[in-house]
Amino acid sequence: MKRFLLAAAFFAVLLLLWEAAFRARIWSPVLLPSPWQVASYLKNAAVDGTLAKATVITMRRLLAGYLIGLVVGLPLGLLTARWKLFRDTIGTMALGLQTLPSVCWVPLALLWFGQTEAAMLFVVVMGTLWSVVIATETGVRNVPPIYRRAALTMGSKRLHMWFKVILPAALPFIVSGMKQGWAFAWRSLMAAEIFVTILTGFGLGQLLHYGRELSAMDQVIAIMLVIVVIGLLADKIFFSPIETFLHRRWGTSQA
Amino acid sequence: MFVTRAIRLGSKATSSVSEELRVIAPSKLAIEDVSKSFKTGTGVVQALDRVSLQVGEGEFICLVGASGCGKTTMLNIIAGLEKPDSGTVRADGKPVTGPGRERLVMFQEPALFPWLNVFGNVLFGLKLKPNLSKKNRHDVAKYYLELVGLSRFERANIHELSGGMKQRVSLARALAPNPRVLLMDEPFAALDALTREQLYGDIQKIWKARRKTIVFVTHNVREAACLGDRVLLFSPHPGRIREEFPVELPRPRDINSVDLAAHATQITKALKSLGQAEVTVAR
Repeated sequence: MKRFLLAAAFFAVLLLLWEAAFRARIWSPVLLPSPWQVASYLKNAAVDGTLAKATVITMRRLLAGYLIGLVVGLPLGLLTARWKLFRDTIGTMALGLQTLPSVCWVPLALLWFGQTEAAMLFVVVMGTLWSVVIATETGVRNVPPIYRRAALTMGSKRLHMWFKVILPAALPFIVSGMKQGWAFAWRSLMAAEIFVTILTGFGLGQLLHYGRELSAMDQVIAIMLVIVVIGLLADKIFFSPIETFLHRRWGTSQA
Repeated sequence: MFVTRAIRLGSKATSSVSEELRVIAPSKLAIEDVSKSFKTGTGVVQALDRVSLQVGEGEFICLVGASGCGKTTMLNIIAGLEKPDSGTVRADGKPVTGPGRERLVMFQEPALFPWLNVFGNVLFGLKLKPNLSKKNRHDVAKYYLELVGLSRFERANIHELSGGMKQRVSLARALAPNPRVLLMDEPFAALDALTREQLYGDIQKIWKARRKTIVFVTHNVREAACLGDRVLLFSPHPGRIREEFPVELPRPRDINSVDLAAHATQITKALKSLGQAEVTVAR
């Protein structure tokens, strides 16, 4: 309770500072709207359904790209961990492409796919895939050999070894890779939505983009807040419970 | 104490579980002319040089020697985890070609799986045994947890256990699939003296109750004299068996007994003279 109150106080102070900056008229109100203007935009957008629709469209794109990234990335990571040939080829490629900021995929995607959903999906998959590959590979290669040996003596081999020993042992790494992948997917999608202005669906990134076009700063800030809150919620609802479980089982620190 | 509880539990169980918990004949091991060398950064190390060794059914033998003398390599070869360069290992006349649940290993560091709880760890090997229903597997796992005195901790996570408890779980996990041979690689080396003494008592009781052939690797001479029917002395570079000491003391043996100390002193002396020989040769 005390922690909650302290956190609430922190955010209240942030809001007060913002309001104070607005009242002091240091910047033009066009550039810095008051918290109330942002709140009233959010209220209107929530009431007329703009916000819900945009969120659903964005989440759909995000989940589709993220899931493809996971489904392709996990096996690729296992392959690179298992065979040198894959490590030297796909592993090296993944390492290189992981360092490429995902927004760099946008020009290529636009030329290949045009202003389509496919372009956005491609950018999100590229943003997610490589970090999942790397995390899975790292996780598998960090499994202490003694687990494998112990399992071997008990008669575990091949698929059983992979699914009942190697993968569970690598789970902490894989989950942090999934988390990183999620963050990257989110980033790539926003980059894609801002640059790919299509009519098949108006996502949060596009709302952000048009906020800028219309110089509607309340809209820009409001949408940014929404994006931050969705990121936080995903972390708290999806990743936190898994991480808590892993910490409890493995006995690693509850950070 | 463990034993009486164990027998009661066993007789109460269903027929298939009692079949699973049946005391089976331990294996005879025949190791003939086994050699093994490793390439290291500084050259080739001859870990084992034409080592031959016979272990009788249900015998408890201890391999003793300085670190790096090849005793762990010997254990891994018997387990089937490593292949010898030459020579053969036979268990009951059949050549050992790979790891198998007839010969289970208890490692120095507890190789327990952190993603499973205590019960899941003991269950792991049982799940790999065909023809065992879920209920029977659970009963067997419970039996062995009771045997090592950890029934209360079956839902505990591995990191919540003390070092001694971890090794007890390792022992239960190794015993659960009812192997004929138990291979123990310095299982108590990382434990404190008090816990170790308790485990010496327990392992002797369990060995008597479950009848296993045990090959026990250690660098602790007293421990070897306390547990082994025979103590085999290894010397390094190249790894060879140099001497053999039968220990004919009544069981259960107490690590602190005077008779045992006399045996240990004799073995230590031999070990030291080996060390001297090594030094002279090196010069």
